[in-house]
Amino acid sequence: MKIASKIYSALIFIFLYAPILVLVVFSFNDTETGSRTIWSGFTLKWYKMLFEDRLLLEALTNTLIIAVITAVISTALGTMAAIGINAMNKRTKKVMLTVTNLPMVNPEIVTGVSLMLLFVFFVQVFGGKSLGMVSLIAAHITFCLPYVILNVLPKLRQMNPNLYEAAQDLGCTPFKAFYKVVLPEILPGITTGFIMSLTLSIDDFVISYFTSGTTQTLPIYIYSMTRKRVSPEINALSTLLFAVILVLLIIVNVRNSKDKKEGKAN
Amino acid sequence: MKKLSKIFAILFSFLFVFASLPFVSFADETEAAPLTGVTINVYNWGEYISNGTDGSLDVNAEFTRRTGIQVNYTTFDSNESLYSKLAGGGADYDVIIPSDYMISKLINEGMLHEIDYNNIPNFKYIGEEFKNPDYDPECKHSVPYTWGMVGLFYNKDHIKEVPTSWEILWNEQYSGKILMFDNPRDAFAIAFCRLGFHLNSTDSNEWEEAAMLLKEQKPLVQAYVMDQIFDKMESGEAWLAPYYSGDAGTLVEENEHIGFIFPEEGTNNFVDAMCIPITSSHKAEAEAYINFMCDPEIAGANMDFVGYSTPISDAKAYLSEDVINNEIFYPSEELLSNSEVFTSLPSDISTLVDSLWAEVKMGGPGDSLTLILIIAVFLAIYISIIIYKKIKRKRELM
Repeated sequence: MKIASKIYSALIFIFLYAPILVLVVFSFNDTETGSRTIWSGFTLKWYKMLFEDRLLLEALTNTLIIAVITAVISTALGTMAAIGINAMNKRTKKVMLTVTNLPMVNPEIVTGVSLMLLFVFFVQVFGGKSLGMVSLIAAHITFCLPYVILNVLPKLRQMNPNLYEAAQDLGCTPFKAFYKVVLPEILPGITTGFIMSLTLSIDDFVISYFTSGTTQTLPIYIYSMTRKRVSPEINALSTLLFAVILVLLIIVNVRNSKDKKEGKAN
Repeated sequence: MKKLSKIFAILFSFLFVFASLPFVSFADETEAAPLTGVTINVYNWGEYISNGTDGSLDVNAEFTRRTGIQVNYTTFDSNESLYSKLAGGGADYDVIIPSDYMISKLINEGMLHEIDYNNIPNFKYIGEEFKNPDYDPECKHSVPYTWGMVGLFYNKDHIKEVPTSWEILWNEQYSGKILMFDNPRDAFAIAFCRLGFHLNSTDSNEWEEAAMLLKEQKPLVQAYVMDQIFDKMESGEAWLAPYYSGDAGTLVEENEHIGFIFPEEGTNNFVDAMCIPITSSHKAEAEAYINFMCDPEIAGANMDFVGYSTPISDAKAYLSEDVINNEIFYPSEELLSNSEVFTSLPSDISTLVDSLWAEVKMGGPGDSLTLILIIAVFLAIYISIIIYKKIKRKRELM
């Protein structure tokens, strides 16, 4: 039985990581044409080409700028919303939660098209520049918000509400009490929300496609390569992104476990 | 809180390292024109321009250096997605590079500016045969960018006799080894060539007949693909695939086992051309860009990288002899006369084409009855779950 369960989990891991492994391996593949099936030697040339490809780097820069701004704004807004929702009575809370979760279950294509129509309408009525970076960020915030709320809310529910009142009893102003007591309690939820919005924003294709105007994000750029073959530069780029995210996660986790150990020692 | 700020710090440093890269590599350029502050939006096919990798010319950067006009260059994957983006009204492009039939559709719908050819002195370099195209009859709206023909790639190891006809794509001997285009115009064109009809037929019966032929072929087809043909042909997973001649450069020259021919029944000859959408607010700058792209030296360097054929005869001076004398890239008059360019189809025909194509790919008409049945099944499951839960709750209460 034990062996079976081990084989089972090994299989799961293979399924999860085999594609990434193949991608990483073929980012070092030395072929003229960049075959994705035949291995013919080790090279770093795709990495070199990646850093020479201005269009790709521009798309990447756009994507990262949008992702960071989106994540910061939606984390701030989402945390505030979660605190507000948490303080509501049961009935309004339920209604609010349904409303905020709708964008999450709504098909992306519907969200994308409706946002595009809204933005075009907005530009035509109020003037201003056509769709671009701003509309992209607005769209991304829209679909990231529910995830932040969903991550922060359980942390608020777990927290003892008396703590906040106690802090005020002991002389804290409401803001200071929030900053000193509530925020540290819900921080893990906020961090997860932040990282989720970041990845969701980097990842998004459908909604970005409709709301991007003349701006180009990385997923759109990669998709447009389908008339010709997708260049192994993309493998190289994905490998780098994967490595960065992996390192980030390891840092976060190591720090988390350190904090826990210190907490126990105290 | 500290943890969060650390994450921010790492993210931002990552961001700025990447953001600063493109500028570093161009710091050594000299005598650049002062920036005019104007940015034009260019919309082209993916991987369809020389972008500075591998020591090639960075065309857009060179344009900015010479004129001071900045370029926001973005890419699309098909004519249809370009159209939806333009028609949606969400984007203001200044230069777009669609294919022939899409250009005539855009002209018919009044979505293109008339180009002022006085601003494009380099138009004189365009070959005479490209100056009066069917898709833009009075040649008012477009300047050709590239052209090419559709041909047939085949595996020399498995197909001993050089194929001469599209018929081989219907040969049961190669069942499961055949690839087909994953877009209706190109796929139907092959059936049309076999039947001997005109590619721009407006007779719905001819389209139905071509669809029958494609349906007949379907059991033999391994997959309907676009760019996957490169891998599938190279690895020998597929033996026969129609594709664009511009891609023969990489595929044929670097793989000894792959050959390329133009079938005798004739084929489609496509042109991608530069146009200015009606929504453009920088028409003069857009014309400057088009003019720049027609400069023989630039066009030569650009096509050397892209691999497609250039309509600018003087640009051939900047290309290698092998390419110019290659029938694949610059076919003879005889071959050319045996090919046809797509033009826009009337709306009733193009609706028919879409539904016929859906039928070919799905293997039957996608009727609404199936859809209703599927929805009904889902609803039934959903309702039964709700009822089951209610009964359960009642029992628990008792």
